[in-house]
Amino acid sequence: MKRLLSGNEAIARGAWEAGVEVASAYPGTPSTEILENFGPMPDVYAEWATNEKVGMDVAIGAAYAGRRALTCMKHVGLNVAADSYFYASMTGIEAGLVIVTADDPEMHSSQNEQDNRRYAKFARVPCLEPSDSQDAKDMVAVALEMSEQFDTPVMLRITTRIAHSHTPVELGERHTHPPAVEKYPRNFEKYVSLPMNARKRHPILEERVALLAGYAENLPHNRVEMGDASLGIITCGVSYQYAREVFPDASILRLGMVYPLPRQLIADFAARVDRLIVIEELDPFLEEELVLQGVKVEGKSIFPMCGELTPQIVRESAIGAGLLPESAAVVPPAPITGDLPNRPPVLCPGCPHRGVFYTLKRLKLPVQGDIGCYTLGAMPPLSTMETCGCMGAGIGVAHGADVAGDAERHVAVIGDSTFFHTGMPALLNTVYNRGKSITVLMDNRITAMTGHQQNPGTGRTLQGKKTLEIEFEPLVRAMGVNEVHTVDAYDMDAVKDAFTQSLASEEPAVIITRRECALLPQARKNYRPLRVDPEKCVACWTCFRVGCPAIRRSEEVFEKTWRQKSDIDPLMCTGCEVCAQVCPQNAILFRAQLDEDDSD
Amino acid sequence: MDSINFLLVGVGGQGTLVAANILGEVGLAAGYDVKKSEIHGMAQRGGSVTSHVRWGQQVFSPMAGKGEVDVLMGFEQLESMRYIEWLRQGAKALFSTHRIPPVSVTSGGAEYPDDNRFAGVIEQVTRDYLLVPAVRIAEDLGNAKAHNVVMLGALSRLLDIDSAVWTDVIERNVPSKALKVNYQAFRQGRDFHVEL
Repeated sequence: MKRLLSGNEAIARGAWEAGVEVASAYPGTPSTEILENFGPMPDVYAEWATNEKVGMDVAIGAAYAGRRALTCMKHVGLNVAADSYFYASMTGIEAGLVIVTADDPEMHSSQNEQDNRRYAKFARVPCLEPSDSQDAKDMVAVALEMSEQFDTPVMLRITTRIAHSHTPVELGERHTHPPAVEKYPRNFEKYVSLPMNARKRHPILEERVALLAGYAENLPHNRVEMGDASLGIITCGVSYQYAREVFPDASILRLGMVYPLPRQLIADFAARVDRLIVIEELDPFLEEELVLQGVKVEGKSIFPMCGELTPQIVRESAIGAGLLPESAAVVPPAPITGDLPNRPPVLCPGCPHRGVFYTLKRLKLPVQGDIGCYTLGAMPPLSTMETCGCMGAGIGVAHGADVAGDAERHVAVIGDSTFFHTGMPALLNTVYNRGKSITVLMDNRITAMTGHQQNPGTGRTLQGKKTLEIEFEPLVRAMGVNEVHTVDAYDMDAVKDAFTQSLASEEPAVIITRRECALLPQARKNYRPLRVDPEKCVACWTCFRVGCPAIRRSEEVFEKTWRQKSDIDPLMCTGCEVCAQVCPQNAILFRAQLDEDDSD
Repeated sequence: MDSINFLLVGVGGQGTLVAANILGEVGLAAGYDVKKSEIHGMAQRGGSVTSHVRWGQQVFSPMAGKGEVDVLMGFEQLESMRYIEWLRQGAKALFSTHRIPPVSVTSGGAEYPDDNRFAGVIEQVTRDYLLVPAVRIAEDLGNAKAHNVVMLGALSRLLDIDSAVWTDVIERNVPSKALKVNYQAFRQGRDFHVEL
């Protein structure tokens, strides 16, 4: 019985079927759904870790303890986890360890599109790459077996198109395994990476690569599909699907294991075809290896290095290189549309970050941003963010500008989950090194942007167990911050006062703007749409400056200027009252006024 | 079996992806190989949502290319205009008449294209389209959210698959307390053509 599963669902299922018992991860698009789907499965332990590095350590610990383990992250998450990833490769494990990296070519929701296959070679970790959901599910079991056979963590690399595409999958049964060890290992030479031990491990790693390359020769997932020998294509991942789509007659070598490569299989294939090309997204990872092996091949001279590939791009590039005739082009219609209004992502109606950014904007302070829903504060009309690099960067950047002697008083904004992730060491650094930047901790009580995951501030674990709810004010005070203000994020006067006080002090300050995300169930219960009093509205359009999608232009105009008045969409408004606070005419009724109005 | 490339477009929160799930499963139940691909990263934040659903004998790429879409389903007018160039010249389309002005219109003063401009753009690509007041139909049934199933009902009339297959899949994909209204929504969408 086949079911349509996304790549992520398939990996979760594959992990369960292959007997994974422990999974630890930090949310990150496009990997998040793996743990969301694995967590509810029977007889497994799964947790949201505070960051990817910790998640990796936890999975390693479980693997050291002889239980099959899984950790998952987006591509940049492996940057965070890299330190742990490298030692795991060095030490090996007792039971299988799979590391899923979900890359994001085209940066659909990321700050870059780095190609994590390079991490495989860098750390000497074998890497499998599926081309659809069935493949993804099957490869988890293969990865775990390989992990145990060769004493190495194994990388499973997917991309957004694999993670979020649904393709048919045949489900299987769960196969459990007894713990690989009876007692937690005491193996000083293997597991304690002192130089004297680690030095002996390095040659083992290099030897392991050679053994894996031999294994790759016979791996069924490295598959030759012979067709017309005039064109041979070496490919992997979703690019394999595009190759089959655009070159239905060509001969294809689909590499399911992208590191290390099967030298002989490749050489044999290359010898059988006239012209050999590589179709791969992002880096010429395969291409470079092939060139190193002395294989004559074309890749990035034909296909782009930036962005995703699509069947269209593959076809057009192929035509440009003379691989396909001009007649093969699919000419899409080119209707003249004129400029269509953009539809950029925006902060939701009722988002607690909105009023905070509006207040910050009016203070004209430089704002160092971070990753989360609040990153959208950088978009117009709020446009209140100068930098945003990666998770946990804002606080350090603000401090750096401060200690460099920049004349302005620097502000960093960071969310609750991001603060737990990497914000804490950064804030401690600011205090310890006597900086004076101001940190705004935007606490919306959930890990929001990735789709509402639990974190140490929410009081629940991934698997639904009740747990502590960290309070931020005592936490930052314990770090030595004296100037701390906790305010309701919706209360713009309180937010402004907190800034006034913080700016007056020469000490580092933390302003905790607290209010649950407007999409949380408890917030939804409280929705009360506001309305504009058209008699009072003078069409000054100040309310539009908060950038709320629920505020729209009315049919009615203000006679003195002929400008359209404002109106609120009752289907979208949650009643946060941010617009009511900014309206200079008090034309937007507060909730209390609605009560009065209704009772008249 | 002929292959069919569907493209569903809408705004985050409209149920575009649920509709795509249903469409995918219907294809599988009808014996096709099916692949479905979506980008939903910004869906909750009011951004546009697109989902490719491909039915075929053996489907490779999870998405079709521009100009290769056989059926375009637009759940929102502006997004329908934005993605019309993906539809093959002269191919079929179904458009909900629903409008969700983006912030660039509501706050920014940009103009939401009117019906004439809409028709003017669409008809450069195809005249074989149906306008469905899906939200109004669903509201009349008591649940505006079922508009996506109204659209699927309208689509079902274009395809040679038994309606029982559709309703069976829909049942597995909507909340159980909303089953009745969804059946009705499907029926009304399916009968909408007949009324013309």
